[in-house]
Amino acid sequence: MQALLDLKKHPAATWIGFALVGVALLALPFALAQVGTAWVRITNLAILFVLLSLGLNIVVGFAGLLDLGYIAFYAVGAYTYALLASPHFNIHLPFWIILPIGAAIACLFGVLLGTPTLKLRGDYLAIVTLGFGEIVRIFFNNLSQPFNLTNGPQGITLIDPFHIGDFSFAKTDTFLGLSFSGPIKYYYLLTLVLLVVIVVNLRLQDSRIGRAWEAIREDEIAARAMGINTTRIKLLAFAMGASFGGIAGGMFSAMQGFISPESFILVESVMVLAMVVLGGMGNIWGVIVGALLLSFVPEVLRYTVEPVQKALFGRMLVEPEVIRMLLFGLALVLMMLFRPAGLLPSALRKRELEVKRT
Amino acid sequence: MSPAAAIDAPAPAAVPQLALLKANGVGKRFGGVQALAAVSFTINHGEIYGLIGPNGAGKTSLFNVLTGIYAPDGGEFVFDGLPLAGLKPHEVAARGIARTFQNIRLFGNLSALENVMIGRHVRTQAGVWGAILRDARTRAEEKAIEARAYELLEYVGIARRAHDQARHLPYGDQRRLEIARALATEPELLALDEPAAGMNATETASLKALLERIRHDGTTILLIEHDMKLVMSVCDRVLVLDYGKKIAEGPAAAVQQDPAVIAAYLGGEVSLNLKGA
Repeated sequence: MQALLDLKKHPAATWIGFALVGVALLALPFALAQVGTAWVRITNLAILFVLLSLGLNIVVGFAGLLDLGYIAFYAVGAYTYALLASPHFNIHLPFWIILPIGAAIACLFGVLLGTPTLKLRGDYLAIVTLGFGEIVRIFFNNLSQPFNLTNGPQGITLIDPFHIGDFSFAKTDTFLGLSFSGPIKYYYLLTLVLLVVIVVNLRLQDSRIGRAWEAIREDEIAARAMGINTTRIKLLAFAMGASFGGIAGGMFSAMQGFISPESFILVESVMVLAMVVLGGMGNIWGVIVGALLLSFVPEVLRYTVEPVQKALFGRMLVEPEVIRMLLFGLALVLMMLFRPAGLLPSALRKRELEVKRT
Repeated sequence: MSPAAAIDAPAPAAVPQLALLKANGVGKRFGGVQALAAVSFTINHGEIYGLIGPNGAGKTSLFNVLTGIYAPDGGEFVFDGLPLAGLKPHEVAARGIARTFQNIRLFGNLSALENVMIGRHVRTQAGVWGAILRDARTRAEEKAIEARAYELLEYVGIARRAHDQARHLPYGDQRRLEIARALATEPELLALDEPAAGMNATETASLKALLERIRHDGTTILLIEHDMKLVMSVCDRVLVLDYGKKIAEGPAAAVQQDPAVIAAYLGGEVSLNLKGA
């Protein structure tokens, strides 16, 4: 660990590190494509979940506001994109116009959720946000009449993929002898968005606004007495978190080509929250690790549970789906018992735990 | 701190001074309890004004009404010539009143430095876009915030603790950190709720020096304190509350001799006995 810290002091080493990570990120989809295109798609979904976790981390990790309905903003972003780029209304706007609109509408919904819940904290806030998430999903499920806005449970199909002119993210292009399939193109776009979101998050955390969020998390009354307009700062957390969710939702819509209210159930909110908590609330890198782990481990299990059982016992004892959830639940319980602050706790939380142990 | 505004040695009783804070018949009731009953007083610029009274007399309630945590049922505070009525706590802080809490309320998981940096919030501007883009202005502001926070930690004498988590500071240092955080908001009036509680004699003596220095540097102080030795030695004037009512006000020495005050502190019977003796 000390060696790693020393390395950080050398700018050259830092740049070499960045370059290595960059090359790895560039090469990754081709390596995955060797295993199977499915893995590139899985990676793309994992990146979407990282985006969602980073958005939720602003609300839960920084500002300390427990939000159990976060997936609603993902849904709002996804539906915004679907409605403005599909045959449903026969509107086909380009993605670079819709994504900001989706972020703005999700942001509006964030404020909508934030305003009535300003005085709530902890359990009470969790219940209200849980209700909010369900309300949004049920609306999408039922807004097929009197006016068919969302097409109800059937969802919206044939959603446009991202495209700029003739360059479509759905087609395979060959460039420099390399075959760029649709998922690979999305991978690069997602990675780019992710890098921007990470930088934005790091900068927000280490800023006047980020400190105000932390102050509210630590002691709201003291924060107010120190001149922090807690109303505004809390709404800002909800709005920022929701915007990230909205952007992720729009990208999800375009990548899948089909969305329905099924994709935005409570379990998804819980999953994103679990990613934030598992990784380490408030620590951006921890949250990223948490989201990647919880996205990939179930998929790896899906592909390994069956062969492993066959090799060990000669037949299938437990369905992969069952054992997946079992191991997932077990992992969360063990995590909370042995590393309550998450895999990579934020620096201060870590220090706090160390002091408690001694 | 702003340069000392020639308020080195105030003689409050003799020379009429500029009023900083006026309470006009402030009242507050919680259910059946009259926490404050039409309390009126005036604090002048540059004073250290003591607020004493037995437990439950309404001292902390007065702080909470003053800083906008509760709305008064009657009366009003006038600060620097303008009423504070209807202002929220963060607006009161922006007007120039900062406070500490009887039961220390630091941002426990953050470092001492960050605690003080948060105190700078109300005097700085950077918003979301500034934070994300990190333009030259935001960077300069951040630098100034940090520099000022260090200065204030040094001012209250806990600079060596800058990077320690606030909750792990020794008790006395936590009290000092609360004062530094409050000073970061550049208050005209610093309201301290029992800053010496739990301190030993040495710590109290150095707290007294700190209070005198803060006053010397131009900040008026309103002090709730149970340590009578400290109150009598540092306060220019003292207000005594009992059951929410003002029972005495004046220079520390005079208030100390006031029979009503003695009765309030020692109980009616004892004071009768004293009179009989």
